[in-house]
Amino acid sequence: MATLIIAEHNNSELQAATFNTIAAAKELSGETVVLVAGHNCQAVADEAAKAEGVDKVLLAEAEHYAHLLAEDLDKLVVEQAENFTHVLAPATTFGKNIAPRIAALLDVQQISDIIAIESDDTFKRPVYAGNAIATVKSNDGKKVITVRATAFDALSHEGGSASVESIGTTEHGALVDYVGEELTESERPELTSAKVIVSGGRGMGSGENFAMLEQLADKLGAAVGASRAAVDAGFVPNDYQVGQTGKIVAPELYIAVGISGAIQHLAGMKDSKVIVAINKDEEAPIFQVADYGLVADLFKVVPELVESL
Amino acid sequence: MKILVAIKRVIDANVKVRVKADNTGVETANVKMSMNPFCEIAVEEAVRLKEKGVASEVIAVSIGNQQCQESLRTALALGADRAILVKSEDELEPLAVAKVLKTVVEKEQPEMVLLGKQSIDGDNNQTGQMLGALLGWGQGTFASKVEVADGKAQVTREIDGGLQTLSVKLPAIITTDLRLNEPRFASLPNIMKAKRKPLDELAIADLGVDVAPRTETLTVENPPARKEGIKVETVAELVDKLKNEAKVI
Repeated sequence: MATLIIAEHNNSELQAATFNTIAAAKELSGETVVLVAGHNCQAVADEAAKAEGVDKVLLAEAEHYAHLLAEDLDKLVVEQAENFTHVLAPATTFGKNIAPRIAALLDVQQISDIIAIESDDTFKRPVYAGNAIATVKSNDGKKVITVRATAFDALSHEGGSASVESIGTTEHGALVDYVGEELTESERPELTSAKVIVSGGRGMGSGENFAMLEQLADKLGAAVGASRAAVDAGFVPNDYQVGQTGKIVAPELYIAVGISGAIQHLAGMKDSKVIVAINKDEEAPIFQVADYGLVADLFKVVPELVESL
Repeated sequence: MKILVAIKRVIDANVKVRVKADNTGVETANVKMSMNPFCEIAVEEAVRLKEKGVASEVIAVSIGNQQCQESLRTALALGADRAILVKSEDELEPLAVAKVLKTVVEKEQPEMVLLGKQSIDGDNNQTGQMLGALLGWGQGTFASKVEVADGKAQVTREIDGGLQTLSVKLPAIITTDLRLNEPRFASLPNIMKAKRKPLDELAIADLGVDVAPRTETLTVENPPARKEGIKVETVAELVDKLKNEAKVI
């Protein structure tokens, strides 16, 4: 038994969800090995080697791995998978993009977005927008799994002393060429790992009004999120979206402002420890999951809240 | 070029699903079913590519029981030219669906397969990627923009930090994200016309594909209930509760 984790990184540091995935791997039997594939990414391998719970790091350096494209990494992972019973990736857009390709090449049924490990072959995962939890047993020889980061507490980033071993690389498949990226600039904490999140919905009325939530977020050291309605209305970029089809979050405190609480939004945040809802409609479904609800005009109470913190 | 669009019939997005009392699954009897919302977006994109003159034919395919015909008729009413139903009484896993779709792709030889990024029942987000791997094709997953030129699809993808643009060699797999387009509604005349469009049926057993399940669902349970919350009257009371009761700020 041994587990291979496909590291998500930007060639200079690991993405936070990789550490949660390492934590999930520690609940499985056997060694935990992290595969760092990228370009000029020695620093990432060194970072992984220092992480608690990592037994070994495999480093694959090639120019065509620079953007972690699934069509180039899949064959590399499949080659390495020979020595492993489990292959794990974080259930981020990176992991979701690549893991099914690996599973199909290995001819196994992948298990998506697990929230708990019952044993080496049995896992819990949410279905129907989180309205049901399925316990699934895999009868495949190898398990290819994506891990919901918020369901596993990350181990320490320090204290480990794994060895780093360079491995051979695979050819560039030339199916896909990278053109460019447009990343959202933000000084605030990353949405999926933030302890506090302030989210706005259609009730915010405009993108300008999100400045109010940003003030509140800054007071709380929080990240800013949004419902689909707010994204579709163009108030904020797509990657702010919390929900079944956006990001899944589970912070200590989630403040939903002007969000009605559709099933699809709740799927992304109902595992938050404390939920606060601010909405003028007392019938809004968000109040059914809120620990503290305030029925009021957000334009009046949000500035008041900022003032009182 | 020919475009194949895979569609799935699922419990309607607005239905609050109920877990069966014996924990074997969720109630599907007498529940409203619809085309998976991401599949609607895939159909819409295929039809738009046809309207732009990029696509010559749009074929909708679905795998499932006889009722899946309704979803295929919807796709035809939205602008697909013909439909294929692969009949299966069992709910297939994404790997099996990908293998079945591969046989359809090999027969029809499309240059693009459009799928939704995930179905809202299984929430797997796997089928498109698996089909890409099985065919040895490139993939543009979570697409919010697709432009076809010179044997390539330029795809803008929604990724965690923002947007990424890739150039994917055709033939290719594209999976749709919410913001790719706003699906149209089928007009009554088009619904009538769709009834006369060809809809072929294939029996899954005839395809020679191994669709045996690889996983077993042991139980399906309700998620843990949250304890009932309270309403506060003022901001001061809210701040007090968060500081002293919940201790989160």
